[in-house]
Amino acid sequence: MATLTLPVEETKKVVQEQEALITGAEAIAIACKLANVDVVTAYPIRPYDTVMQYMSQLVADGELDCEFIVAEGEHSQFEIVKHASICGARVFCGSSGVGWMYAMEALTVTPALRVPMVAMVGNRALDDPGAFGVEHNDALAVRDLGWLLTWVDSAQEALDTALIAYRVAEDRRMFVPLALSCDGAFLTHSQALVKIPAAEQVNKFLPRYNRGALLLHPDNVISVAPQANEDWVMEIRRQNYAVTERACDVIREVYADFEKTFGRKYGNPFFEEYMTADADVVLLGMGTMSTPVKVAIRKMREEGKKVGFVRLRWFRPFAGPEIAKCLERFKAIGVIDRDFSFGSPNLSGVVATELRSAMYTGATTRPPVLDFICGLGGREVTVPDVEEITKSVFEAAEGKAQPLTQWIGLRG
Amino acid sequence: MGKLFAVEIIYRGVFQKTLAKNITRGVVLAAHNQGKLGLSFGRYGDSPERNGIPAKSFAIVADDEQTLEEGMAQYEPKRVDVTVVLDDTLCKGVESWAWYGLQPVHRALKPGHTLIVVSLQDAPTLLKSIHHRETPYKLGVLKGATSFSGMWVYKDDHTDVRVLGAIAKALPELVGLTAIKQFVTEKLKNPLKGTSAQLAFDRFHSIEVKPGEGNPEELPKFELLKWEDMRDGVSIKGQPQGGPYKDPITKQVGGFRPARNELFKKGSTRTQRPVVNFATCTKCTLCWLNCPDASFDVTPEGTYDTNFESCCGCGICEDVCPVKDCITMVNEAQFHDNKSQWEAFKKDQDAYLKWLEKTIKEAEPEEKRSHGFRYRGQYKEQVPEALEAAQRA
Repeated sequence: MATLTLPVEETKKVVQEQEALITGAEAIAIACKLANVDVVTAYPIRPYDTVMQYMSQLVADGELDCEFIVAEGEHSQFEIVKHASICGARVFCGSSGVGWMYAMEALTVTPALRVPMVAMVGNRALDDPGAFGVEHNDALAVRDLGWLLTWVDSAQEALDTALIAYRVAEDRRMFVPLALSCDGAFLTHSQALVKIPAAEQVNKFLPRYNRGALLLHPDNVISVAPQANEDWVMEIRRQNYAVTERACDVIREVYADFEKTFGRKYGNPFFEEYMTADADVVLLGMGTMSTPVKVAIRKMREEGKKVGFVRLRWFRPFAGPEIAKCLERFKAIGVIDRDFSFGSPNLSGVVATELRSAMYTGATTRPPVLDFICGLGGREVTVPDVEEITKSVFEAAEGKAQPLTQWIGLRG
Repeated sequence: MGKLFAVEIIYRGVFQKTLAKNITRGVVLAAHNQGKLGLSFGRYGDSPERNGIPAKSFAIVADDEQTLEEGMAQYEPKRVDVTVVLDDTLCKGVESWAWYGLQPVHRALKPGHTLIVVSLQDAPTLLKSIHHRETPYKLGVLKGATSFSGMWVYKDDHTDVRVLGAIAKALPELVGLTAIKQFVTEKLKNPLKGTSAQLAFDRFHSIEVKPGEGNPEELPKFELLKWEDMRDGVSIKGQPQGGPYKDPITKQVGGFRPARNELFKKGSTRTQRPVVNFATCTKCTLCWLNCPDASFDVTPEGTYDTNFESCCGCGICEDVCPVKDCITMVNEAQFHDNKSQWEAFKKDQDAYLKWLEKTIKEAEPEEKRSHGFRYRGQYKEQVPEALEAAQRA
């Protein structure tokens, strides 16, 4: 049991935090309990299913009072929470891999309807073959649709970001769905020590969901999603575009308030910098690969190699100008993509392609951006992998030509 | 840089999943009492929701956060400081549902470190099953029947804390007995369990196992192909049909033996095996028809011989056999090879039938095994207090 003193100007009260040994999925279930969600829908698929197991246990134990609905498939699962959210319920759902893809039709409609659903995507390779391991292509499939997308790398960050997610998604300036991406196995199934905030703190941080004039209710007679053709669709899309224009500011605001309320600092919300201050080159990636990358960086630092790491937290919105500003000072950048985008420019992964686009407009210098496809289907990103990647990035920094896309940790 | 420790628990799916998890959590939380940090996780590629399938659970503990990071983001630690086997029949090897090949139980154990087996057998007997290896290690038996402790329908027999006590004895630099007792007092809130941990600590001892000592069986080796050399379209070659084979004594050709996958054998799921009385078999075909794994070979004379590399020990054959005592399921720990029973029967019928009688008789009082809760009446035997409560209600 650890105690935490809140910043003095907020309250003199010492609020009790609990420490528990829990998985990333369990951490999100606990965040949902603290957020007092109203409607939860579930349909099993590994690794997402661990979160529904924990939530159903919370319901069974009487710790969480909510509608817990096991749907007959992922499509219904997402449809049910969509409707519940429009009726004013705080909702939670989620899926993984092909389950997420099966729900795709329901996923595409939520941003336009301004549904602030929070979903956990337990990142999993797309079948076939039926592998459970992490790959980011499942969550990335909604990247163009108006969903917010964030990646976390620890159970603690999963819990904290789930609370932040509700606050961001349910902000009246936003009202868009948000996917909390968690690497299968390394995060969803691994138990770590996590600090659980007290309910009073969470209540202070997270106001009730208020749908206002968009509430579907007999006392507020509206019709949602009428047929609309070319006369209307562009304007509807522009409304979603406006949300993305505001997104970075809202996220910044919420993180600042999170820090004030809970005393845990995340620094820049959009990305975490590790040993970048004096670095010549940096690596960049998302999710739990941060662990082996950091271990490798410490090892390489001992050998005198000035390499750092930037872990992207938010992929949507993609904080382009800020990221470009951060990266322009390095001599070369190595992106580690735990995904693929077959046939893309330079045949690179999604993150590298996006980053090159951001750098083209946002950076004053043009350091080489190399891409490394690594850790697909749950393959471990190993320390030697990271060393091999870094070697190539240093060579690019010295002006030696390097392939723009390389596959690392592959047999052959 | 601090020290990094890894603990591996090998267990059987469903029945021991919670027990394994309780132990790895116990390791982390007890070590945390000594200021260490840790995490616990199950091997993700396993499928512990399948009955009896071999699976693994791990605890990673480190002196500080940076050291801990070195042990994170892995499916399974490559080297472990202690391995615990919760069911002695797993000593024959571990073949998980997601295929990594049949592996010896001490595959990841560092040289000189301790393998702890929960068993009623002694170390020399277990070594008939545990594969030989090139480096020495220690083998310690934690005396006890195979436990499903932690499953809500099973009594809590304190196996979780007894294993923790044994770990403290085998690897004191990971976690001390005091820290374990503190964990028991604060988290489990059962003083009797503290006593159980203490007793296990006091009684636990291990023997040295020399290089080359143990089961001489050589496990199949295989190579993972390069991407250019693999078939594409996510396709693999199918199994051929199989066909008739020869009676080793009469040389008569006949029957049917299906071809089986050479590399994925499934037999390590088995905790009990059928022993067949070929003299009373009426060749009714029911065992062969109902076997979910096509584990029976049809002999040239029309009886059914179990292939023990394939048999999962589910016991359906015993259930469907209409002949009294023709097929009897026997504790797998009694056996140390996968040889054909029918061949033994053909070579010397009298000797085989005597062996059969003796094996069944000897196995029962030692440890009544089951495939989960297959037995009728077993639950009643194990949880009289629960039954009493149920009757009162």
